[in-house]
Amino acid sequence: MSIFINKNSRVIYQGFTGQHATFHAEEAIAHGTNIVAGVTPGKGGTRHLDRPVFDTVSDAVRETGADVSGIFVPPRFAADAILEAIEAGIKTIVVIADGIPVQDMVRVKRYLIGHDATIFGPNTAGVITPGECKVGIMPANIYTPGRIGVVSRSGTLNYEAVAQMTELGHGQSTSVGIGGDPINGANFVDVLSAFNDDPDTDAVVLIGEIGGSQEVDAAIWAKAHMDKPVIGFIAGVSAPPGRRMGHAGAIISGESDTAEAKMNHMEALGVHVVRNPADIGATVDRVLKQ
Amino acid sequence: MNIHEYQAKELFRSYGIAVPAGRMADTEAMAGDVAEEIGGKSWVVKAQIHAGGRGKGGGVKLAESVEEVRHHADQIIGSHLITAQTGAQGKLVQRVLVEAAHEIKKEFYLGLIIDRTRQRITIIASASGGMDIEDIANSHPDKVIREAVDPAIGLPEFQCRKIAARIGLTGELMPQAVKLMRALYRCFRDKGALMTEINPLAIVDDNKLMALDAKISFDSNAVHRYPEITSYRDFDEEDPKEVEATGHGLNYIALDGNVGCIVNGAGLAMATMDAISLHGGSPANFLDVGGGASPEKIANAFRIVLKDPNVKTILLNIFAGINRCDWVATGVVQAMQDQKIKEPVIIRLSGTNVELGQKIIDNSGLPFIVAKDLDEAARKSVEAVRRVTA
Repeated sequence: MSIFINKNSRVIYQGFTGQHATFHAEEAIAHGTNIVAGVTPGKGGTRHLDRPVFDTVSDAVRETGADVSGIFVPPRFAADAILEAIEAGIKTIVVIADGIPVQDMVRVKRYLIGHDATIFGPNTAGVITPGECKVGIMPANIYTPGRIGVVSRSGTLNYEAVAQMTELGHGQSTSVGIGGDPINGANFVDVLSAFNDDPDTDAVVLIGEIGGSQEVDAAIWAKAHMDKPVIGFIAGVSAPPGRRMGHAGAIISGESDTAEAKMNHMEALGVHVVRNPADIGATVDRVLKQ
Repeated sequence: MNIHEYQAKELFRSYGIAVPAGRMADTEAMAGDVAEEIGGKSWVVKAQIHAGGRGKGGGVKLAESVEEVRHHADQIIGSHLITAQTGAQGKLVQRVLVEAAHEIKKEFYLGLIIDRTRQRITIIASASGGMDIEDIANSHPDKVIREAVDPAIGLPEFQCRKIAARIGLTGELMPQAVKLMRALYRCFRDKGALMTEINPLAIVDDNKLMALDAKISFDSNAVHRYPEITSYRDFDEEDPKEVEATGHGLNYIALDGNVGCIVNGAGLAMATMDAISLHGGSPANFLDVGGGASPEKIANAFRIVLKDPNVKTILLNIFAGINRCDWVATGVVQAMQDQKIKEPVIIRLSGTNVELGQKIIDNSGLPFIVAKDLDEAARKSVEAVRRVTA
């Protein structure tokens, strides 16, 4: 099994005919992803990558039964594309766009209330269930099917961790990017909860960053509800306060959201904290053998 | 994107928020003219830099005569103001704000932020104004009021009354507070702000509520929608290397170590800095080349990192997903040749097209130090610094 996406997912790409979306859709199809259609306003009725193109998400859902969408439209139009996907009844929405205005996401989160949809991102590398379904921009060849769940804010740090794990023979059930923005969709707790309920996940690797309290909230939740080990790393021990480190969310605003404070807090709550980013794979190996 | 106090007050004024009469001046003479134009008996001369703590640093002065306004302006303009937020070298002051001084009866704090936990625009208010809100929040959390705004209905009057009542803005002050809060919310929402702060918001003179200070920071991902906000940008307040990097699509932040870092992705860039620190080294910068980095972009990254005279060695750490190791390698070789780089360069490549990239590095004949993983890359870069500085 897996969480959020699997071989039965019926995937559409919004912004399908763009250069980026085309490249990543081809990669996803090669990985076995069931991309059933794409959406590009104004190009409805044409075909792209041997699949139908629709003008609207609701057309695509009606005609193909799509339930997952990868949003590849530029940041300034992305919030509207997310709203369209929510309204059309898409259940899993993966938002790749990096640079969506924060207040746009505040409105999207308000609209999400009462709708049965889960958003990943914005500014995520995506979600992948290795060997079954990939919605995102990650290099599929470093992932391998297995029983470790991975959840991270950062894309490339996720690759780093996964490569270390794969090297030691630990594959992934699903790897989820929740994105680097301050206002995002699913948070760490949502993803931990899904992994906890997944019989084919044995342990979870949680990779966070400086800024905010999401990782500590997740550790509190895990202590109360989780019966699977959690391995955690927080990037940014060497980051100075008050400077935004690339991700809009990665900024130290007080004493409680430094990497050091977060890792200490998580450790006290029973998370297997990795202090050196080069030791993530080895720590997974050690924890599983305990 | 941050703006100056005088610009924030202009914006506040256009939304109907009461601020003291005043204007920016960039010379001593102009400061005197502004004071005469405003009239009255006393004025405040305030240094305009993008950093807080100006009062304690000597950047805010009270003047009882136009002569004194000129004197203070002369002292402040052209000086390097050192505050708790500027670092030891301080910041060059090029302008002052000259405004009418008011008799302060009581000070409050009022701010709007994007609250990550609530995922809403949130009002923060306190009856303990004039102080650092984080200090108040830590020592007396009960004295800081937070109210999240539902974006579907905006900020209704009742919610403003609720906040006003709880910080003691009652009686004839309540309608003023309601009007001010709603105007501040409109300004925040309509201009794509991330944070705005009035500290202090004060009761002055004859029971009038006035914003004595003004701070706004805008979402750089939204400013393209508001050209009038973009025009407020002051490049003098920004690190020139960071401005140049942004122009090349690179995300660069100068730090004070000596290992130059070139990495793809913010998370991996931070983790790389952390790994260097764990090996006893010190990163000179944060630099994220982003996705789809061309050889030119990589070469530009080298140029920007090497502008920092403290850099003794460069660590390139790329885990390519959307990037291509062969493009990165081409850029590195190009940079080494064109820029005649003497510093040791440690290279760790992984991911998309890694074999092609490695071949370009190996065939270049250049003395790169190749590392197979993150740990080795960090260790070798720290060793290289020790060799160079030995």
